[in-house]
Amino acid sequence: MKPNLFVKVAGVTLTNPVIAASGCYGFGDDYTDLYPPNVLGGVSCKGTTLEPRDGNPTPRIAETHGGILNSVGLQNYGVDKFAADFVPKLKAQGCVVIANIAGSTLEDYAEAVSRLDGTDVDLIELNISCPNVKQGGAAFGVTAEGAALVTKAVRAVTKKPIMVKLTPNVTDIVSIAKAVEAEGADALSLINTLLGMRIDINTRRPVLKNNVGGLSGAAVFPVALRMVWQVANAVDIDVVGLGGISSASDAIEMMLAGAKAVQVGTAIISDPFAPLKIIGGISEYMRVNKIKNLTEIIGKVKPW
Amino acid sequence: MYKCGSYPVTDKTAISGGIFSANILCPDIAAMAKPGQFAHIKLEGFTLRRPISICGIDRVNGTIRIVFEVRGAGTAKLSHINTGDNLDLLAPLGNGFTLPELAENERAIFVGGGIGVPPLLAAAAVYREQATAILGFRSYDKIILANDFRSIGAEVFTCTDDGSVGMKGQVTVQLKDLLQKGGVGRVFACGPLAMLTTVSQITESFGVPTEVSLEERMGCGVGACAVCACKANKDGKAFMARVCKDGPVFGVKNGEFVALDKEGV
Ligand SMILES: Cc1cc2nc3c(=O)[nH]c(=O)nc-3n(C[C@H](O)[C@H](O)[C@H](O)COP(=O)(O)OP(=O)(O)OC[C@H]3O[C@@H](n4cnc5c(N)ncnc54)[C@H](O)[C@@H]3O)c2cc1C
Ligand SMILES: Cc1cc2nc3c(=O)[nH]c(=O)nc-3n(C[C@H](O)[C@H](O)[C@H](O)COP(=O)(O)O)c2cc1C
Repeated sequence: MKPNLFVKVAGVTLTNPVIAASGCYGFGDDYTDLYPPNVLGGVSCKGTTLEPRDGNPTPRIAETHGGILNSVGLQNYGVDKFAADFVPKLKAQGCVVIANIAGSTLEDYAEAVSRLDGTDVDLIELNISCPNVKQGGAAFGVTAEGAALVTKAVRAVTKKPIMVKLTPNVTDIVSIAKAVEAEGADALSLINTLLGMRIDINTRRPVLKNNVGGLSGAAVFPVALRMVWQVANAVDIDVVGLGGISSASDAIEMMLAGAKAVQVGTAIISDPFAPLKIIGGISEYMRVNKIKNLTEIIGKVKPW
Repeated sequence: MYKCGSYPVTDKTAISGGIFSANILCPDIAAMAKPGQFAHIKLEGFTLRRPISICGIDRVNGTIRIVFEVRGAGTAKLSHINTGDNLDLLAPLGNGFTLPELAENERAIFVGGGIGVPPLLAAAAVYREQATAILGFRSYDKIILANDFRSIGAEVFTCTDDGSVGMKGQVTVQLKDLLQKGGVGRVFACGPLAMLTTVSQITESFGVPTEVSLEERMGCGVGACAVCACKANKDGKAFMARVCKDGPVFGVKNGEFVALDKEGV
């Protein structure tokens, strides 16, 4: 029998738990030469702000052991173009569409989100965690008060489910998660990138023109897993796990730790087929272990 | 269209100090590839793929050729491949050169600097005897592909920074010379940004349409991650182009890079 990979996140049904992470899969139309985006559980689109942004100067990427640093800095087309062009295209292909929204002020967040109200966006992911721009929302994401304010401002203007994306660059992620839950968020996604740096020893210049950037990829997986586990234990709303997932076993670990679904980012940049391999691997794990439904593994880690 | 898969290396040779040439059997990619496009190569142990231009396309044998210089750990790893090994390619990527047909008495000039020379060979092969290559290298031991250009029928000028072979100094001096003589239909260039900027200034002053191939540090290679941005123009409007997808080949107008649509500049 074919295992059932359906999961529900914030009331939205996904045909499988593997979502493309924001910033690594564009708007779902760059990989169609290889496979259609609707084979994924969902597509979290590139971070979008009220107005278009040019992003940071280049170079915006550096390699690290087991990962990458990026400092793209929210280059995007603005929410109006996103709503008019990209959302309908993805919906027409039957995708679950997640809008990833960032902003500099509470008003920016609320206005951008309200402009999505008439669209078919399924889920709004609030990016309060981009480490690459001073005005990228990370200022909100690093305190429980700030995170609560953004959630509240957005909750007031939309009936769509809200998923708040948390930054790992904090001392106590659990308190932030709880504050966001208390303001009516429907789900949490974590983690965004960890702030990092590389220096070229010959030029003595940082590799990134922005000097610092966000670390992602396999190297961050254990940190992400630990945070997902801590947060999932502390809140009742759905948790989506991401950060360094590059194989089915990583994804299963995340689900055991408490994630209802996972997102895959950097692994796609390395291997465009990574999400498909992960979906296939989860399915195989379920078959071998006679698991009929993913609820049998979500949060089922047995801590010592 | 592009493909992603594992393809066997049919041969590999060292062609100059630290510079290697390899052919890869990938009939589906060879059938689609255009000069100016690149292959994004995954190497074991590295998160990021390495962009390498397609230097030759052999549709009959179903192979593409790459020529690369060891610059760091990734290209060093690539230089260890051997005949029979498989390479993980995402290719062909990006927009190639437009390669319009020229009038019978017109010439196409190819200006290459160092490791920017490889993509020009595939393009020059389209023009054969109508092609002129001006190739610049740091020193004689870095010269590559000059004979390959000759064997496809192109006229070749080599320049070295230290004058050890050919003309001493810059490719742009030679370029100006040829443009002054007239009869140049189009200029194609690839190399360091400073060289491309000077080349474009010169060709624009002569009113000769020009296409340049840019380099930028890349992530996905297909336009999804917005890492390799560069300011460019499209239909008269400035936009943040993705070098991997909107380029790597751009036109030049009024000192700015212009996205090439399918019809060209
Ligand atoms: C479209 C395009 C076509 C290219 N074609 C060729 C070619 O035909 N032959 C050739 O020898 N080289 C070519 N290059 C340059 C080549 O990609 C780099 O030399 C190579 O990526 C260096 O990798 P590394 O691991 O050896 O160096 P490292 O410095 O260790 O690389 C670290 C990171 O920086 C990136 N990087 C470093 N230098 C460059 C560069 N100049 N351009 C882009 N990314 C860079 C690497 O990809 C890697 O992600 C091309 C680059 C681009 C963008
Ligand atoms: C190039 C790049 C761009 C990103 N852009 C965004 C973004 O716009 N919004 C966002 O919330 N996260 C963004 N991220 C973070 C990822 O969505 C993800 O949280 C992080 O990379 C960790 O997951 P991974 O290790 O699977 O990539 C970006 C990551 C990368 C590598």
